Amino acid sequence: MINSNAKTILEVRNLTATVAGVDILKGINLTVRAGEVHAIMGPNGSGKSTFSKVLAGHPAYEVKGGEVLFEGKDLFALESDERARAGIFLGFQYPVEIPGVTNSAFLRLAYNTVQGGRGKEELDPLEFDDLVREKMKLLEMNPEFLSRSVNDGFSGGEKKRNEILQMALLEPKLSLLDETDSGLDIDALRVVAGGVNKLLTPDNACVLVTHYQRLLNYITPDYVHVMSAGRIIKSGDKSLALELESRGYDWLLDDKKAAA
Amino acid sequence: MNVTATHPYVAALLAGSGVLPKSPTAWFDARRAAALERANALSVPTTRDEEWRFTDLTPLTKLQVRPAAAAVKVSTADIAPHVVPEASMRLVFVDGVPVLEFAQQGALPAGVTVIALSDAMKSHAALVEPWLAKLAGSEKELFTALNTAFLQHGVFIHLAKDAQLKAPIHLLFVAAGNGVAAYPRCLIVAETGAEACVIEDYVALGGEAYLTNAVTEIAVAPNASVRHIKLQRESQQAFHISTCAVTLAKDARFQSHAVTLGARLSRNNLNISQHGEGVSVEIDGLALIGGRQTADTHTLMDHAQPHGTCRQTHKTIVGGAAHAVFNGKVFVREGAQLTDSSQQSRNLLLSDKAHVDTKPQLEIFADDVKCAHGAAVGQLDADHLFYLKSRGLPEAQARNLLTYAFGAEIIDHIPVPSLVASLEKQVMARTEVSI
Repeated sequence: MINSNAKTILEVRNLTATVAGVDILKGINLTVRAGEVHAIMGPNGSGKSTFSKVLAGHPAYEVKGGEVLFEGKDLFALESDERARAGIFLGFQYPVEIPGVTNSAFLRLAYNTVQGGRGKEELDPLEFDDLVREKMKLLEMNPEFLSRSVNDGFSGGEKKRNEILQMALLEPKLSLLDETDSGLDIDALRVVAGGVNKLLTPDNACVLVTHYQRLLNYITPDYVHVMSAGRIIKSGDKSLALELESRGYDWLLDDKKAAA
Repeated sequence: MNVTATHPYVAALLAGSGVLPKSPTAWFDARRAAALERANALSVPTTRDEEWRFTDLTPLTKLQVRPAAAAVKVSTADIAPHVVPEASMRLVFVDGVPVLEFAQQGALPAGVTVIALSDAMKSHAALVEPWLAKLAGSEKELFTALNTAFLQHGVFIHLAKDAQLKAPIHLLFVAAGNGVAAYPRCLIVAETGAEACVIEDYVALGGEAYLTNAVTEIAVAPNASVRHIKLQRESQQAFHISTCAVTLAKDARFQSHAVTLGARLSRNNLNISQHGEGVSVEIDGLALIGGRQTADTHTLMDHAQPHGTCRQTHKTIVGGAAHAVFNGKVFVREGAQLTDSSQQSRNLLLSDKAHVDTKPQLEIFADDVKCAHGAAVGQLDADHLFYLKSRGLPEAQARNLLTYAFGAEIIDHIPVPSLVASLEKQVMARTEVSI
């Protein structure tokens, strides 16, 4: 939902970043206001996943230039855990498995850490159990996933539901969902997308990084951006995604070459 | 008995062995005499011995120990924290000497016998004689020879054909005295189709320096199943050397869980020998050490017959200037076709001075087998850390949680909830996790 009076949550100015000495992001500019859903699309290797990881503070990526303001403050002054407590959430493309830690203990630890960081009340195991079971209903998750180890032996769809469950618990101001739709069958996609839709409010914002237009049938973006070779080369509304679906990316890349 | 040891430290250890009462049977007296002879002949191993390459026993030879005389007074309150409510029976040994007032015997199911080994030599000679001091050989093993030479207060656990013991038998070894040498001994014989779980738990009341030299022998008959849980939570000044020798008949099943948290220096030997087709073995090991501790685990899985399956995971978490050693031998003998054996050695180093030596050793003489092994030594995975930090956990907390999880994966396999809880608590305390 676009509201030009809404406050700016994320301001990215000419962001450049490298991994292992290779330039991946070559000058990204993006403004995200409260209430908005942005989709970032693009061919493989365009840098779209890197962009979300850089915002979340992945240590493998080195920021070279530009600036990012999160609610008006320098994002790069914060460690990744501080960003999470400040309200940034990254939904992982490949959530890691942590055998030996039960999902319920992990979720409660994350919840209480984030709550504590925001000066809010922490919950004891019983109170938390009530809360998490309620949130699990959003994602049609079986409560048995609470007693299993974090993501251990989960199917692709179960892992993605578990990611959105964490989004539901941590109540971020900005969610970066990295290829949350990849590898999901249509039923799982519907559930996961439905969960995300229920979590969107006029006060938070969401950036969807996706390879496929299919996700956008379920979560309607206010803006669609196309990334290529580390830059956003075109922005538009949701009709751009449909155009990409029918025409592919080549025409955009050709346009860009022609312009250059 | 003459004491004419070739090695001065062995001579000191053997001082006092002559006062042991004669055993009730001639055959055991002969075995004990042979063990004593071997102990006299053998030297304390040094790092020049292949089997002790990575572990230097010099600190042990500087500790003067004597066999326990009068047991140190221990109270019920001392025992209470170590009680395992799930157990069907508990035997308590203080400095290697059984203390009957702490024993607890529920109604054992029919066919299950738990008695003193010295009594069993006479009353159950036909069941004891084939195995005792036979499964664990003294020929080359000084510490096994010493244990047999000092054998006095052992336990004999017998499961008759098809006897089922669902609740575990808990053997609690409490170290209370300073400068004491304890020689625990256990023989477990499971007849055809029987099933049992035995816990050996080594704990200390204080920070004393002492030596535990334990030997356990386990004979598993066709289609029988034994689960052996060994927890080593000795004092940080103690020395702990143990050998567990297992023989498996056709279709036998054996599961081992060994957790090492204590002792200044420990050595855990587990030797499993497959003597029938189709056995199934699981070996889980965890050593969590820090400071200047040394924890050495040597295992041998000897597939001498076809169709054996073995899954082994050994993990170490090494902090401070501690040193972990793992040597995992897997033999697949000629004719042991269709063996399926895998071994994983995973090691987590928490500091620059922590040190691990891991040595998988596969020797395969059959051609139609599936054998896999892997060894990894490393630090915590950066992607795992990032995942936890992206959920708000500060770096230190994320590290501790991952360290805890690394160990918890082994602990969680132990099917005794109270042990899992108490071990997790100890691991949490060591890794400073609170969840």
